[in-house]
Amino acid sequence: MKEAIGLSEATILDERKRQVHRTGQGELDLACNTDSLAGAVSQRACVFCGSRVVLYPIADALHLVHGPIGCAVYTWDIRGALSSGPELHRLSFSTDLKEKDVIFGGEKKLEAALNELIDRHQPKAAFVYSTCIVGLIGDDLEAVCRRVGEAKGIPVLPVQSEGFKGNKREGYKAACNAMWKLVGTAPIDDIPPLSVNILGDFNLAGEIWMVREYFQRMGVNVVANVTGDGRVHDIRRSHGAKLNLVQCSGATMDLAKMMKDEYGIPFIRVSYLGIEDMADSLYQVADFFQDQDPTIVERTAELVRSELSQLMPKLAELRKDLEGKRVAIYVGGAFKAFSLLKAFRHLGMQVVLVGSQTGTKEDYEELERITDPGTIIVDDANPLELSAFIKEKGVDLFVGGVKERPIAYKLGLGFCDHNHERKIALAGFEGMYNFAKEVHLSATSPVWRFVPRREQTPLEVTHG
Amino acid sequence: MAESYVSTTNACKLCTPLGAALAFKGVQGAVPFLHGSQGCATYMRRYVISHFREPVDIASSALGEKHAVYGGGPNLKQGILNVMKKYSPALVGVASTCLTETIGDDVPMLLAEFRREFSDLNPPELVHVSTPSYMGTHTDGWRNTVLSLTRQLCTETSQANETVNVFPTLCSCEDLRIFKAMFREYGLTPVILPDYSDTLDGPALAEYEPIPAGGTPIAAIKAMSGATASLDLGRCLPKDTAGADLETRFGVDNLRLGMPMGLRESDAMHHALSRISGKDMPKHIVQQRGRLVDALVDGHKYVSGARAVVYGEEDLVAGLASFLTEVGIDVVLAATGSEKCGLDSAVREVTEDLGRVETEVRMGVDFHEIAERAGQLKPDLLVGHSKGYRYAREWNIPLVRVGFPVHDRFGAQRIATLGYTGAQQMFDRIVNAVLDKRQADSPVGYGYQ
Ligand code: SF4
Ligand code: SF4
Repeated sequence: MKEAIGLSEATILDERKRQVHRTGQGELDLACNTDSLAGAVSQRACVFCGSRVVLYPIADALHLVHGPIGCAVYTWDIRGALSSGPELHRLSFSTDLKEKDVIFGGEKKLEAALNELIDRHQPKAAFVYSTCIVGLIGDDLEAVCRRVGEAKGIPVLPVQSEGFKGNKREGYKAACNAMWKLVGTAPIDDIPPLSVNILGDFNLAGEIWMVREYFQRMGVNVVANVTGDGRVHDIRRSHGAKLNLVQCSGATMDLAKMMKDEYGIPFIRVSYLGIEDMADSLYQVADFFQDQDPTIVERTAELVRSELSQLMPKLAELRKDLEGKRVAIYVGGAFKAFSLLKAFRHLGMQVVLVGSQTGTKEDYEELERITDPGTIIVDDANPLELSAFIKEKGVDLFVGGVKERPIAYKLGLGFCDHNHERKIALAGFEGMYNFAKEVHLSATSPVWRFVPRREQTPLEVTHG
Repeated sequence: MAESYVSTTNACKLCTPLGAALAFKGVQGAVPFLHGSQGCATYMRRYVISHFREPVDIASSALGEKHAVYGGGPNLKQGILNVMKKYSPALVGVASTCLTETIGDDVPMLLAEFRREFSDLNPPELVHVSTPSYMGTHTDGWRNTVLSLTRQLCTETSQANETVNVFPTLCSCEDLRIFKAMFREYGLTPVILPDYSDTLDGPALAEYEPIPAGGTPIAAIKAMSGATASLDLGRCLPKDTAGADLETRFGVDNLRLGMPMGLRESDAMHHALSRISGKDMPKHIVQQRGRLVDALVDGHKYVSGARAVVYGEEDLVAGLASFLTEVGIDVVLAATGSEKCGLDSAVREVTEDLGRVETEVRMGVDFHEIAERAGQLKPDLLVGHSKGYRYAREWNIPLVRVGFPVHDRFGAQRIATLGYTGAQQMFDRIVNAVLDKRQADSPVGYGYQ
């Protein structure tokens, strides 16, 4: 083992050493949320990406990317964020800046493009994302947005998402700032007392619909989805909800905090991934409302019981084949990693590596606490490091995003997609089963017997 | 000519550095490096990976706000050092981005400084290419990269050798393999630049390779000055190309011809190979050609008169227009996101004497405009990359996927389009797409078609 550790340590650039930690070995001192290191092939994205991820699912808004073509084209319909109605978010709009715009400024083009697109699509609001180059040429986004907004009579919101101004996290903040301008601009008198906003779920593969269905069975109303299957009008009246449910390690946390400060709406952190977290989230909501509706806790317990009684036998079946297999988790937010850790315990699998792109110090402390000794914890890893760790730990299955898949596959590892581009609903009790099924499908495939890291035995040839 | 729009909706092009990164991926031991902010590289990796389903490392100088103000030089150098430590590359291909072009970083100068400052570390080859995305598309990024590679690496006259330089436009890994096979048949040794047939379509591995094996060897690029000839492929090429450059500087005979797509363009290619090698078309290839013609005859009625819209990179579109017209499909619209790229004359050259309809050519368009025009032209068939899917679905017509990117089908890197065998496979796919649609639409459910 010693040699193996040496091997993977060798592939870590000196400056990156503080972004790797092993549970139970020394003080945790992860230097997270630093800027990505030059030359390290990072999985990290930019500020713009963070903003785009959060705002993208708002389906009746126009999302115009102000910049050269790339930033828009690489984010065209890349995520499985579903809408039950309009699908304006699935188109990719850009000002496609050209050399002369870069030299003389892009404001005129932006204004003309906004007018053209708003006339064509009649959106309920428009988000205008600034990209790196716009930050440089100094276009006054605010002014253009204000002018067009007044002329067209819809909110036109600048998103200050110049890519180089930090990482994804800054982008979340910029997105929240933009949405914040919508909150509190529509009447709320018809909102019932048992009401929540769902923050930080993007309705990948229809997940928010599943969660909303649970709340409906509990008798809780959802005012706004922020932002999965999101609508501008709902966000405008989201200040009428009594409670905010914030999922994910931070994409929409800023908005929840602003709503708390301004409107006194409390928030709780929830997760819909995995059995405990899902049940716990529902119970937290029930507890919150039990003074107003004393039977809600019982109703919730009944819901959880009935869901579990269907789920558990099915999971037990799958677990038989998965017991003892080793897993590496590398996801965008650390919060998701917590849920995944628990989910794998239900499947009898052992998590030997966890990493995230955007975890905070607290996140990593929590991971250190809940992982087994020797587990590798990394912040913002690159492909080489990941592959070295995978080898060292003898991983069977890798959970990550679309960029990690080829690494896993190249080395002959099972893989489950756990990112914004997935097409399978993983939230809720049903999602836990989908997840387990996917893990099972991948981990039990016979193809792993043929990959180079396994010894090959040809079929016997017989005579006669 | 319909009015054009200020805004762009669903672009039919990609940004310049992506073309550069792909081209650098086809050089042995190379690591593509984008000088700019982190986001661009991450996005492009994701985009390329989803097509090839292979690991694709693209480094970045990861500039932040202060670098945007004070210049990205220090990060560029630190970044290259880190790449050296991590990958021990033979070459680092530095492509600029919108950001660094705008702040005016002088990359050639910075690289020269780097070579001086770190000469004791024995730095790899450093090749730079200027790729602001507000000028041109990924096609330009590709071409400029190929030109930069020959310009910056092939600087000396080398001994005359028997090789043939080949400069293709963006094509699949399978297509690159088809090239190699073609040359082998004539006893010729091609040096294809770029050649990512292995680096982006490699085997399963026991040991992770930081830089996947394969690619055009740097020594072979350096020796291009001694080649027998160059083949500059594509009908929409600018004046300045790698082939033209080698001809001017070293007198390497440069032959310009279209990408060998379909019967006649493949004929032209084989003709050239036959001339260079002094050998007749091998029997084996004669058979291939014969089978293709036989197939075109067998299948012609299924597709005759079908109306097709083709879109994508200019040279792919020109090649497709040529092929589709040969088989009796009416190409009603040929579109590309590239501006002023000569697609109009290229399409005319290859369809004029064959087509039953005049192909309308649109350059510098997005999918909004393509769709608007196609809505009037009522096509039966789309041929292009997978971003046309939403329209094919809306109009309930088949989309035959070729080109880059193919994000919604399996095996993109193995789609063959070139030579007689590539044409054969394309024809089979197109005919079957038409039959599939017929079968699906028919209330009868014919078991014979
Ligand atoms: S900034 Fe330029 S290089 Fe970067 S993604 Fe956008 S268009 Fe491409
Ligand atoms: S240009 Fe800036 S905003 Fe656009 S993708 Fe690159 S880093 Fe992100």
